[in-house]
Amino acid sequence: MATKTPEQINEDLLRPLSVVTPKYFLVLGFFLAVVIVAGAAFGHQVYAGLGVTGLNRPVYWAFYITNFVFWIGLSHAGTLISAILRLSNATWRRPVTRCAEVITVFSLSIGASFPLIHLGRPWLAFWLIPYPSERGIWPNIRSPLLWDFFAINTYLIGSVTFLLLPMLPDFALIRDRATGARKRIYRILALGWRGTPRQWHRLETAMHIMAIAIIPVAVSVHSIVSWDFAMAPVPMWHSTIFAPYFVAGAIFSGIAALIIAMAGLRKFLHLEEYLKPVHFENLGKLLLVMSLLWFYFVFSERLTGWYGNEKYEMSVFWVTQRGSFSPLFWTMVFCNFILPAPILAIKKLRTITGTVIASIGVVIGMWLERFLIIVPSLSHKYLPYSWGSYRPSVTEILITAGTFAAMAMLYMLFAKVVPIISVWELKGGEALEHEPSEAILATTEAGARAG
Amino acid sequence: MASVDSIYGLFSDFRSADRGLKDLQAAGVRADKIVVMSPEPFEEYEFARADRKTPMPWIAAAGGLIGGVSGYLLAWYTQVAYPSRIMSGGMPLVSKWPSGIVTYELTMLGAILTTVITLLITARLLHWRFDIYDPEVSYGKILIGVVDPSTDMRSEFEQRLLGAGAEKIKGTGRFSTF
Repeated sequence: MATKTPEQINEDLLRPLSVVTPKYFLVLGFFLAVVIVAGAAFGHQVYAGLGVTGLNRPVYWAFYITNFVFWIGLSHAGTLISAILRLSNATWRRPVTRCAEVITVFSLSIGASFPLIHLGRPWLAFWLIPYPSERGIWPNIRSPLLWDFFAINTYLIGSVTFLLLPMLPDFALIRDRATGARKRIYRILALGWRGTPRQWHRLETAMHIMAIAIIPVAVSVHSIVSWDFAMAPVPMWHSTIFAPYFVAGAIFSGIAALIIAMAGLRKFLHLEEYLKPVHFENLGKLLLVMSLLWFYFVFSERLTGWYGNEKYEMSVFWVTQRGSFSPLFWTMVFCNFILPAPILAIKKLRTITGTVIASIGVVIGMWLERFLIIVPSLSHKYLPYSWGSYRPSVTEILITAGTFAAMAMLYMLFAKVVPIISVWELKGGEALEHEPSEAILATTEAGARAG
Repeated sequence: MASVDSIYGLFSDFRSADRGLKDLQAAGVRADKIVVMSPEPFEEYEFARADRKTPMPWIAAAGGLIGGVSGYLLAWYTQVAYPSRIMSGGMPLVSKWPSGIVTYELTMLGAILTTVITLLITARLLHWRFDIYDPEVSYGKILIGVVDPSTDMRSEFEQRLLGAGAEKIKGTGRFSTF
């Protein structure tokens, strides 16, 4: 890519916006069909009630809340990772950040929809909004579920703006090349961007502030999601380690999702010259660190629980270690540690294919982890006579499949509307790469004059 | 398109653009009469270094403060305003730790929203009618020009911009025949 001119970069990255193949429509149609089936399943659930799910007493949280935690965790792929890379000025981030930020916005939206799907009467969702009212329902500020409302909405608003702001120069680029209605739409979206030094400086300052603000928000979101569980005196939930454990798991699954998305974009949009093996290798190293960290958290949690030998905790402990949930537990350990750690640790295996295989394992493993946190604890609470079991219904499986299809569909649509790699950031990186001495000289001269 | 008179040159590399700017400054053009547009930030170069003072971080901090106070007041009022003063088992009605979480989230939301609003205002966005603009900027060109130049200086500016390496000279308003 060292020889790419700005015009070639424009051509390469804007091409996916104008070329639509029958294969694209076919794949999009497939995902849309799955989403429609999931929508029908949800309609059926609204009509017939939550009885069509496998939820029961005592397992009143299962697939939907697993999906909620999973998708919120996946959202850490984007804004958090992008913000960290921006603040640390990692130059290799340039082709990666937008791919990542898009994952955040879509997966957060999907995740946030699950509490609504889980509501028996979703049309009363506005009751969740905490404001003093005369309806006789107390908005309980002490409830972690209410904290979710604030945290997820703050993160969603922050992530959407963090995604949209650096898109303004790219919207302007499309505006200047488009004609007709397309030009009018992008003219509005560009918000009057012209590229004056003032606009560039303000945009970069805003992105810097946003990056600083969004990191603690991202950490708080998954901490609060973990507190949905940790604040309850349920065996294996009431743990001080849950918040950092959840945050680490979220970043872990987020990086894995980002690698899978990047591999898909690279292949289907022919971005081989932009999403290079080095990006996968660097993200692979991050994934390895998170895999080790995840194992450390799991080991630490299990070891402490085992030494405590508290009988209610141990009943959940053993049902996951060697009871009915053990196949899922050991699959999780395989997917999150045994499979990815060697692949990512050995340089020869840390290829694009290797990192994608490891990432697919991690995404599966992290979904299982969320499930194993929720269901075994609820089904094996304090009184053995109240123990229960859970089996997902077809409705729950269809809705879950529908959210994965929705994610893929939204990502495909987005990649046809906006360059999936930030054009101006990429060109800026190229300019710095090719003219470093000039840039340093100009800065030095300016500094000398100011001094 | 333009109601403003201007002359500008389009440069294809940063060094020439930098020279063009310096030549205009040497000709005595006031800073507020010089217009620069570029396809990338180029903050390392002189031509893109103007106008760098902004109170945005302070406004963001103030926004965070307002958001935090609003968050605490919302949490406090929500808890005390319940019609029958809910039983809290001997605990304080307004719980400080959970209220802190709501306060924290709205602090960050306040900072984020004020940053965005400050960007929209101070970057002069949301103005869709351009007095001076050339789509070639998006294609990679750097625009250096003078707003409202006197007619007798027109040819001098043109010569200076061409001499610095401008590939094209264009104009708007009275000079749009270029």
